[in-house]
Amino acid sequence: MNKRFTRILATSITAAALIGSLGACGKGSASATSEGSNEITLWTHNAGNPEELAAIKGVVDSYNKSSDAKAKIKVQAFPQDSYNDSVVSAAAAGKLPCIVDIDGPNVPNWAWAKYLTPLKLTTDLSAHLPSTVATWEGETYAVGHYDVALAMLARASDLKAAGVRVATVKQPWTKDEFQDALTKLKALDKWDYPLDMGTAGNGEWLPYGYSPLLQSFGADLINRDGFQTAEGVLNGDKAVEWAQWFRGLAEQGFMATKSGKDSTQDFLNNKSGLLYTGSWAADKARAALGDDLVVMPTVDLGNGPKIGGASWQWGVTEGCANTDAAMDYLSYSLKPENLAAVAKATGTIPATDEAAALIPAFAEGGANRIFMDFSRQYAVMRPETPAYPFIATEYGKAVQDVLAGADPQTALDKAVKAIDANIKSNGGYKN
Amino acid sequence: MLVRILFAAVAAFPIVFMLVSSLKPDTQIFGDMSSVAAFLPVGNISFDNYAAVFDRVPAARFLVNSIGISAVTVVLGIFINSLCAFALSRMEVRGKRVVFTVILATLIVPFQTLALPLVWWVNQLPYFELNGFSLEISKGWLDTYQVQIIPFIANAFSIYLFHQYFESIPKELDEAARIDGAGWFKIYRQVVMPLAGPATATVAILTFLPAWNSYLWPLMVVQSEELRPVMIGIQYFFQLNVSWGEVMAYASLITVPVVVLFIAFQRSFINSIASSGVKG
Repeated sequence: MNKRFTRILATSITAAALIGSLGACGKGSASATSEGSNEITLWTHNAGNPEELAAIKGVVDSYNKSSDAKAKIKVQAFPQDSYNDSVVSAAAAGKLPCIVDIDGPNVPNWAWAKYLTPLKLTTDLSAHLPSTVATWEGETYAVGHYDVALAMLARASDLKAAGVRVATVKQPWTKDEFQDALTKLKALDKWDYPLDMGTAGNGEWLPYGYSPLLQSFGADLINRDGFQTAEGVLNGDKAVEWAQWFRGLAEQGFMATKSGKDSTQDFLNNKSGLLYTGSWAADKARAALGDDLVVMPTVDLGNGPKIGGASWQWGVTEGCANTDAAMDYLSYSLKPENLAAVAKATGTIPATDEAAALIPAFAEGGANRIFMDFSRQYAVMRPETPAYPFIATEYGKAVQDVLAGADPQTALDKAVKAIDANIKSNGGYKN
Repeated sequence: MLVRILFAAVAAFPIVFMLVSSLKPDTQIFGDMSSVAAFLPVGNISFDNYAAVFDRVPAARFLVNSIGISAVTVVLGIFINSLCAFALSRMEVRGKRVVFTVILATLIVPFQTLALPLVWWVNQLPYFELNGFSLEISKGWLDTYQVQIIPFIANAFSIYLFHQYFESIPKELDEAARIDGAGWFKIYRQVVMPLAGPATATVAILTFLPAWNSYLWPLMVVQSEELRPVMIGIQYFFQLNVSWGEVMAYASLITVPVVVLFIAFQRSFINSIASSGVKG
């Protein structure tokens, strides 16, 4: 036993020594605020997404090799689901890097929190899709390489069998047509539920996916005049009408209150006939279904089809020691060939027409061109206010409550009360 | 017997499902979901998902990091916490009950409430680095291995476990050792600790599990990929189009060390729980 204890003690001492040696070799790279002016760090959310990461690294490599580079850019990638937490922690410790990517709707919050500094780029952003440029209080804080778009996917053969016309950009389905299409698809008796709205989704999917439906009814997440209250907008008649309609889709047996974990896979496995999803699912669906796949716009519920605008974008942090180089890199990354490389790798909508022309799928007549049309014609920016992350959370809760059977008016009133209180307690989120 | 088999099956099903699904393509995982085939290695079986895991994530590096971080935390945790418990159990010091109560009181504070202040605090700590023959001092432990280890060595629950176990060891043994001329450290080293095998095994497992499963803390303090532990790796798979076969393959890879450890310490672990009345 004595020997045994001696071993434990010896191991402990070795462990302590190991910490020291780990310390010697285990110091990660410093962040931008502490690094020299010749190297700046870029954080991105796409660890685990080899295609997008490779595209970003490709842009960075070409910038680093260019003779005009004002600094060497170093890439650090984080998993998407935990990226925001990493940024917030780094901000708390004063260790933000120079360049960060940001989910578009969070830009006003990060600008308000002084994480971001206004962009001063040499690129003309007027040719970019409006949803790829994030502004707040009159300043541009972030710009994206691409956007994504909501859409409805179906099999042409199913629609034909049900006697339902294919919706188009010129003539999207109306609310009544949608009801009729669902009734006819359900009558085919091929699926438990003909429609998959991704109701198992959580996080940002809830406001991204469902607030455009609310907006198509004529309601909104907040009164955009000053962004100080959601009263009468998120809990007004139109909003309640939306909630009743949405809940009704489940009550009529058209969709599950909780869909499968992977709606795209369920659609491809023929567990649903109509899928409400985003442009990111199109390539996978087209590879599986070929010409039988139809991509349709979202439903016009009274005020035209709506989709959420803004995807991941790039910004420069307030504490960056070499802002000049960071801005220079961002300007370089917005060249058409760079935008095209990233959009091609990710299957997303390139930010400019010039870049789209370089990608056959997004060029005129290309299979994915329709998503550019959706983005240009239907995109509604999520409210450009620092309160957005809170609004998104409260709206998400309300959606889940409504799906679970809560009274729509009560659920929306509760969300409005919480949102208004949050705005008030933050002094109106004034700059 | 039938009931036992039923309970064992319920406990084993998720692990079987994970292992079996890790060998199937995504379409088949979802296709098999509505039948018993979900738990059987049938259909299109291959190790493709495992190969894809290593393409998407530096899994080997993450595993090595987690093994190192967990092992060092466990070994130092056993040493430091047992010493503390020994002092509280054996030494006659004024106020030791108060100290013990304060230590136990820290158990009611959830880590999440301490996390952000702790980030600030570790960011203020000095960092020593050998550069050739010169010792360089910088500020901040963020993005290091030690920031993932040192805050978790001292643990109130481990101290409590050791303390309760030490209390069950007759103090006459200490007195006999003292008559033979042993000092406090010798009593700790040669009398008490050798008898505390089950408590040591329990603390080892209860320290290892949170160290291995650590997610929030490394998320907050580690930025470089080469320093990340395994649990952060699981997030790499949750992209817009999730590949569930790869998720299951990665989950299988990171579950194996935990299962192996539990099997190795199973007997001592159960003995300790039975003797201390503590539920792990």
